[in-house]
Amino acid sequence: MAELRVYAIPAEAAPPAPAAPAAANEAPTLEERLRWFPPNTHITVRGLRKTFGGTVIYDGFDLDIPRGKITSVFGPNGCGKSTLINMISGLIPYDVGQILFDGKTLAETRIGYVFQNYREALFPWMRAIDNIHYPLKLMGVPKAERERRVEKLIASFDVPIDFNAYPYQLSGGQMQTICIMRALVVEPEVLFLDEPFSALDYEMTLLMRDRLQRIYQERGTTMMMVSHNLEDAVWLADHILLLTRKPTRVADFVSFDAVRPRTAETLSEPDFVRVKKHCLEVFQREASLR
Amino acid sequence: MKNLDRLFGSVKPLWGVLTLLAIWWLAWKAEVADPVLLPSPQATMASLWEGMADGGLWGDFLSTVKRTTISFALAAVIAIPLGIFLGSSERLYRSLEFIIDFFRSTPASALFPLFLILFGVGELAKILVAAFGAALVILFNVAYGVMNARQTRLLAARVMGANKLQTLRDVMFWESLPQTFVGLRNGVSLALVIVIVAEMFIGSTDGLGHRLVEAQMLFRMPEMYAAIFAAGALGYALNWGSLLVEKRIVHWGGK
Ligand SMILES: Nc1ncnc2c1ncn2[C@@H]1O[C@H](COP(=O)(O)OP(=O)(O)O)[C@@H](O)[C@H]1O
Ligand SMILES: [Mg+2]
Repeated sequence: MAELRVYAIPAEAAPPAPAAPAAANEAPTLEERLRWFPPNTHITVRGLRKTFGGTVIYDGFDLDIPRGKITSVFGPNGCGKSTLINMISGLIPYDVGQILFDGKTLAETRIGYVFQNYREALFPWMRAIDNIHYPLKLMGVPKAERERRVEKLIASFDVPIDFNAYPYQLSGGQMQTICIMRALVVEPEVLFLDEPFSALDYEMTLLMRDRLQRIYQERGTTMMMVSHNLEDAVWLADHILLLTRKPTRVADFVSFDAVRPRTAETLSEPDFVRVKKHCLEVFQREASLR
Repeated sequence: MKNLDRLFGSVKPLWGVLTLLAIWWLAWKAEVADPVLLPSPQATMASLWEGMADGGLWGDFLSTVKRTTISFALAAVIAIPLGIFLGSSERLYRSLEFIIDFFRSTPASALFPLFLILFGVGELAKILVAAFGAALVILFNVAYGVMNARQTRLLAARVMGANKLQTLRDVMFWESLPQTFVGLRNGVSLALVIVIVAEMFIGSTDGLGHRLVEAQMLFRMPEMYAAIFAAGALGYALNWGSLLVEKRIVHWGGK
């Protein structure tokens, strides 16, 4: 029961380095940065460095992702949005730095990941239902318990999908729904989504982002979603993380706290329009640099 | 009309066969070639029928089927796990690639003398040389199938917490199956070829290869043609059968 554990973080995460206090005008060291983060932070990224060949993507990158919120990641093409959530979710390694979830390592954390390419993310040799079962199987959950959990999940989704069909027999939206269910069935502490709608048509996108909002409202799972569509990014999010071009830094961390459930009307509310406009300005400033 | 179309559609392959028989019959009738060298289709079919019925051809047919099946099964059992293992580490495969490619390109018949010395003139040498040839073809295809496994699927398994062995068993094996079947189909055809050649030249007393050589020596042409047909039918059936199995198992192929 992760909830019952007490994490004496950050004090324990950082080695108790009784280093001489840095002079006021010196940049804080990694140890110092580790010791502080805002309340209700779920994921802390500190001193992250990532290079591909000779190209530096991230260097000395710090980030705090709030708990129980949806954070959208938005930025110029190729700036490292996927790279960022892939490093946090452990899909690719990073050169230097530290990423902790509530002070725990990734190995001690249950996560879910939804890929952009649902067709290539599902296992076509398994029926849809077995795809959903699979992560529980990996966790060693007994069959009866697995079935109970999957049934509960299916009931809460309430979608007309033939779960006995093979993935290739389903539509794009249905496949992506199966992917989301597969990611959620383990009751992850964090759900990562990399452009989950970009392979879907507009109608399906509206449906899926509505569904995602409902899941979020029911479960309050921390979510981190990459999107290249500013409307989706803002509409779903509590926070929008705006990134610069490479080498990538945080351009802005914008809050959007319109009430939920958000609807089509939200799109025309002044608050939404204001936040979206602001994000666009930051984006254009960052994209046009250089 | 539609029904007629369907009727003709379903017997389409038969038209080709009938045409070939007709041309053959005409050629025989016109004595294009020496009738000893080119017997009539009816004589050949009669020989085929008799051979199958009285047991001579049928027995040889079965011997060849048995050798091919055993060597193919042996090849598959060894090459599939080995191919998955090698393919899962690209570096390992690359370091062995030259050896695999070299022996894959070596005509299996060139290896006969070696296998004869190693395993004698008995059954074992024939089966092993065919298994060796088929195994390399299967191995190569399985390894490539594994190396070309869809990256997203491997990442999906990893992010769900699959360890190396689970990824191998639950994802890589299945991902490589379409390519594995390419290898199996080529492998079974190659095994048949090698078995028949081995039956011709490695002191045999039965098998289609042996029967062919014997018919040739004794100038029994209808019998020889009958054996050729039997070999052709066997090759065709093996190919067709593996396609059928492939469609059943790799139901997601091309979708
Ligand atoms: N495996 C890789 N090898 C080399 N370069 C890569 C690799 N993956 C990503 N990159 C580079 O890193 C940068 C960030 O990529 P990515 O995170 O995919 O961008 P995006 O923000 O569009 O998701 C890009 O310039 C890309 O070319
Ligand atoms: Mg991307």
